[in-house]
Amino acid sequence: MSSDINTVHPLDTEGTRLSIKKPALRYDRQGDMSDGQRVEAAMRTFVREFGATSAIYLESCIHCGMCAEACHYYVQTNDPRYTPVRKLEPFKQAYKREAGPFAFFYRLFNLKPRVTVDELQKWQELIYDSCTMCGRCTLICPMGIDIARLVGQARHGMFQAGLVPHELWAVAERAEREGSPLGATPKVFKDRIDWLSDENAVEIPVDRDVADILVTMSSIEIMKYPQAIVATARVLNALGEKWTIRLDGYEATNFGMLSGNSQWQKDLSMKMIDAAVKCKAKLLILPECGHAYGAMRWDGANVYGKPLPFEVLHISEFLARNLGNGRLKVKNVPKSVTFHDPCQIARRGGATQAPRQVLGKLGVDLHEMTPSGDGNWCCGGGGGVVTIHRADELRYKVFQIKMKQVDDSGAEMLVMSCSNCRQTFDDGQAHFKWDKTAHSLLELVADNLVQ
Amino acid sequence: MNLLDFARGAAMKWSIAIFLFGMLWRLFGILLLRRTHDYSEPRVHAAGLGALQGIIRRSWPRREFQARTAYGVTVSYVFHIGLAIIVFGFVPHILFIRNLIGVGWSGLPGGIIYFCAVITLVALVMAIVRRLTHPVLKLLSNFDDYFSWFVTAAPVVTGLLAAAHYGARYETLLAVHILSFELLLVWFPFGKLMHSVLLFFARGQTGAVYGRRGAST
Repeated sequence: MSSDINTVHPLDTEGTRLSIKKPALRYDRQGDMSDGQRVEAAMRTFVREFGATSAIYLESCIHCGMCAEACHYYVQTNDPRYTPVRKLEPFKQAYKREAGPFAFFYRLFNLKPRVTVDELQKWQELIYDSCTMCGRCTLICPMGIDIARLVGQARHGMFQAGLVPHELWAVAERAEREGSPLGATPKVFKDRIDWLSDENAVEIPVDRDVADILVTMSSIEIMKYPQAIVATARVLNALGEKWTIRLDGYEATNFGMLSGNSQWQKDLSMKMIDAAVKCKAKLLILPECGHAYGAMRWDGANVYGKPLPFEVLHISEFLARNLGNGRLKVKNVPKSVTFHDPCQIARRGGATQAPRQVLGKLGVDLHEMTPSGDGNWCCGGGGGVVTIHRADELRYKVFQIKMKQVDDSGAEMLVMSCSNCRQTFDDGQAHFKWDKTAHSLLELVADNLVQ
Repeated sequence: MNLLDFARGAAMKWSIAIFLFGMLWRLFGILLLRRTHDYSEPRVHAAGLGALQGIIRRSWPRREFQARTAYGVTVSYVFHIGLAIIVFGFVPHILFIRNLIGVGWSGLPGGIIYFCAVITLVALVMAIVRRLTHPVLKLLSNFDDYFSWFVTAAPVVTGLLAAAHYGARYETLLAVHILSFELLLVWFPFGKLMHSVLLFFARGQTGAVYGRRGAST
């Protein structure tokens, strides 16, 4: 299936959201394993990764059901299947049978029966289609269980069992093979840079041997929002930075991580890390992409196996730093703005205040959503969900929460700092014929630079 | 040997032994699993503070969650506080603790304890009715949830019956009350009641992880 991926899984890079074209026939099981082998692979992977941290979480659940009240899928459907901690049930079962302190008794008396492949197949929708790993459930849990992290681990098991949703597997495989999930290969990227550079009369340095700053991009930006590349260049050039894009390490999205393949996650992260090390960068800037932030800022060093020899900043943090110290200057933007917090950058990443500092420097009238910041609602497109066609109906349902939040804010302009959220908003806008358009924080700054 | 002697003697010794052994087994079984080192550069260099914040802040839902969780949180608080007052405020219980570990304190008047016990029982009934009827809780619940509820409610009920001398001879009622408490002790390490200990570890580690990221703990 992987040899002819370009014909079997052609990309759709023209629509309001990017993925592969809607498959006529779904392949939600990969590989030629028997049912028994799939279960074995899923459970072995899950249990192998089990450390004290995850064990404490699984042992602490009191089945209070509060996580459901924080989950957009449950809140919008009232379907108890979407209760976050229940999404882990087969894996909890595996833990109790194989790794928990009473595993011996569970096996001896068969207190927790072995999970079947049909159960896992049924759970695919819960682990992937209806979880963006946004972490609101983690935030509400009175025991402090990091449910989103456990879903990530469950995905590792599902990947090894060959039980990943068709589209997410296809884009992850493409990312591993081509370096980009959406066809933004080094050649395509270089062509785009040349075109953007000419068109906008902006210098975009590529493949410098030595640079202080390595800039990375999201393929969603490269393919759908290329102005982000120009905006980044304008900001860095205005600062007079010695920076570069490198074709051997530019793709910041990590569909290895989202699909659940740890090796692919590592391969994708290592490209950027190696590129930064090669050009002796002191700083790696991550683009407007939520999961890219988690993958590199918080997981990068762990993939590398030691502390990273450079600093990692999300572009909004970089902007906040340089607007704060006065190196970058912007014009006043006399508008009311509401800001959508990307989950992986704010709630799970801690960079919640940076975009607000940037908006403060732009002098906008900030109308916060309710709730906002770390408690903000997810747009419904994270965790790879936006790529999965069969999840569309559910995704539109949860997106209605965002529409209400934005409308209720009464702001003229909607701004965010994640291109994946942005394409989810664009797709939702088209679907509902909504009158609100999502804007990029970075582009707002670049458009209002004082040279 | 009558039932009361058994409850106060062999049954008490064995239930305490099982309780202690089970607690240690479960805790070590979890805590001795491997831990991975986090090499990422922290935004905030105070993981200990994050852990502490997590432990404290999770005692109450954040503002945005309060409306949707008010019922469950209120009922839980009522029976947890009620149980604490009964266990640590009732004079016979304090005497029992003093005999066991040598530390004692003065108790509350019996009337207050009986009042608390009734309120606690009402809250426990509200909790189980909700578990049996709420679609999410129904789906999540297993034997552990129901049995843990039973071993928690049983000592409250038998204690009230013993205090009221209702239904049998006082000695028999007292023996049944003590045995119901021993059942609680025996089950404690094996089911969800362990959350009373594990919550510090779970909240603490999440607080530490997100505290170092500078995110909400």
